[in-house]
Amino acid sequence: MNKLEGIGVSPGIVTGEIFLLRNVISSIPSYLIEKSQLPGEIERFKRALIKTGNEIKEIQGKVKGEFRKEARIFDVHLLILKDKRMIREVIQRLREKRENVESAFAFVAQRFITAFSQIDADYLRERRFDIEDVSKRVLRNLLGVQCENLSQLKEKAVVIAHNLSPSETAGMSRDKVVAFATDIGGRTSHTAIMARALEIPAVVGLKDITSRVQNGDFIIIDGSMGSVIISPDEETLERYKKQQEDLLVVRRELSTLKDLPCQTKDGRRIKLRSNIELPEEIMHTPSYGAEGIGLYRTEFFYLNRQDLPGEEEQYISYKTAAEKTKPYPVIIRTLDIGGDKFASSFQVPTELNPFLGWRAIRFCLARTDIFKTQLRAILRASPFGNLKIMYPMISGVEELRKANLILEEAKAELETEKKDFDSNLEVGVMIETPSAAMTADILAREADFFSIGTNDLIQYSIAVDRINEKIAYLYEPAHPAILRLIEKIVEAAHKEKIWVEMCGEMAAEPSFALLLLGLEIDALSMSPFAIPEIKKIIRQVTFREAKEFAKKTFSFETTKEVTDYSRTFYREKGLLNE
Amino acid sequence: MKITEEFTIGNELGFHARPAALFVKTANSFQSEILVKKGKEEVDGKSIINLLTLAAAKGEKITVTAEGKDSAKAIKNLKKILVDTFKK
Repeated sequence: MNKLEGIGVSPGIVTGEIFLLRNVISSIPSYLIEKSQLPGEIERFKRALIKTGNEIKEIQGKVKGEFRKEARIFDVHLLILKDKRMIREVIQRLREKRENVESAFAFVAQRFITAFSQIDADYLRERRFDIEDVSKRVLRNLLGVQCENLSQLKEKAVVIAHNLSPSETAGMSRDKVVAFATDIGGRTSHTAIMARALEIPAVVGLKDITSRVQNGDFIIIDGSMGSVIISPDEETLERYKKQQEDLLVVRRELSTLKDLPCQTKDGRRIKLRSNIELPEEIMHTPSYGAEGIGLYRTEFFYLNRQDLPGEEEQYISYKTAAEKTKPYPVIIRTLDIGGDKFASSFQVPTELNPFLGWRAIRFCLARTDIFKTQLRAILRASPFGNLKIMYPMISGVEELRKANLILEEAKAELETEKKDFDSNLEVGVMIETPSAAMTADILAREADFFSIGTNDLIQYSIAVDRINEKIAYLYEPAHPAILRLIEKIVEAAHKEKIWVEMCGEMAAEPSFALLLLGLEIDALSMSPFAIPEIKKIIRQVTFREAKEFAKKTFSFETTKEVTDYSRTFYREKGLLNE
Repeated sequence: MKITEEFTIGNELGFHARPAALFVKTANSFQSEILVKKGKEEVDGKSIINLLTLAAAKGEKITVTAEGKDSAKAIKNLKKILVDTFKK
């Protein structure tokens, strides 16, 4: 038994047999050839190029639906195969060095990869992965190594690979792949995005898992905790299987709550909405009983691509979201790029303090061309449902005014062009900086609603980077300072008769549901999977109880007192799902 | 016949993968030799690897030269790609 820790990028627990996708060529044979062998080597090279070209064309033909956009890169792959300079250099090296074609080709390909790695522009530097992808295919064909392919899977399996590229997942048989685990990657890598779209568990960044497993080994993938267990013993396997079953039972039980209203025993309503990262996720939000989308992230448009998304492309996505979700609202957060989010399309300079740097609304107000394109797309989609806009990282009312000015410009343009939009579209402010929280009374006069982004609000208020292991313990949503800020924000909003939602991770945490209800927050937005459990708690209590609970919480001086009190209260009330 | 024309890269992302792919495909449909020059560096415009490693960024000038029987038509078509894709 062997447990590895990585990054969980798609939740859930799965056990199964391993399919090891060997897409890294371990060693390339190298030997000298006779002059008479030259024509034979050149012929082998030509055949490998043709075969590779046919493979890529086949994959390209298989790509369907939402993955088609990524498939355009295969055009570039085909051109690399036909590249005159590449072919000329390989043949030249064959002639001069009398090397076998595998090592000549590998040498030339590596030189191109190195050349690309030295380009300053991110989006061009990333093309090295395309050269890598293509050259791996050519080498496999030269070596006569069977090209392993996920479309050949006969049995259900957990796919383990060094990394997964679009060309490897493109032809995948979706009903056979039950989970992914890879050596490298992060939350925005192709593997992660793919796993979330398919709703299968995935763990990435496991460093060397491919060298630790064999085809057919048994494995447990825990996408929620970000760990995997290779060849688990009976006891561990039983434990995880039970956990997996429990999860299913709880999900089933909670799904019976789906159509029941989210209200307390004495009739107080609180709206539960879902956070969306990818457009495909909209399909499964209604099944968890969400009353709309409280946070529609738009970063996905900008990731894993080389160009900027156009107005039309965004318009179609927003329109679909509006139509699928109406009459419930879809709250679109304008581009929140920078900080921890990586975008290949922008040449954002490396910053010493990215979380305090050029990101979100600051970026948009500097790049009004990109910002206005997005606003126009949202506006044009607004007549098709119930869309709302919110600006991230607002630090003061000037930024709100500036952003609104650009929104007005976009509206005026659309009017001139005689394009339809909803002129009453609500515009909200995300409260995620201490300065916005402290000036909530001022912001409330000019905003239609607030959305509290607790992840950033906590990080900025307590001055703690939760990624830093040494201080991560300081990151506490129950810190009295955070509770006071939330109270202040809600009060300021309600005084101006605007509503407040919370869309950070705190909103999805069952232990805070009662407190947030007591603080009179109007809506909570969270991952759709978390909705049923929060709803269950809300339906078991009264609003009066929640208010008293909140009042009592505010009398404590430390985080520990707050959490202790909460735990005891929940246990006494039987509110925990244990 | 040899024709040379200068262009300024108008796209935010410079001469990136998609327009480069289109450019190379088009260049290869002509007999003429196509050369692309940025600063002192001049590369074969029929090679995607060359064109991408040239890394022409927004605002930079590139010179496209076509030499051969169909050079006039080649320049006309390549110009269309450079102007069209970079307008957006």
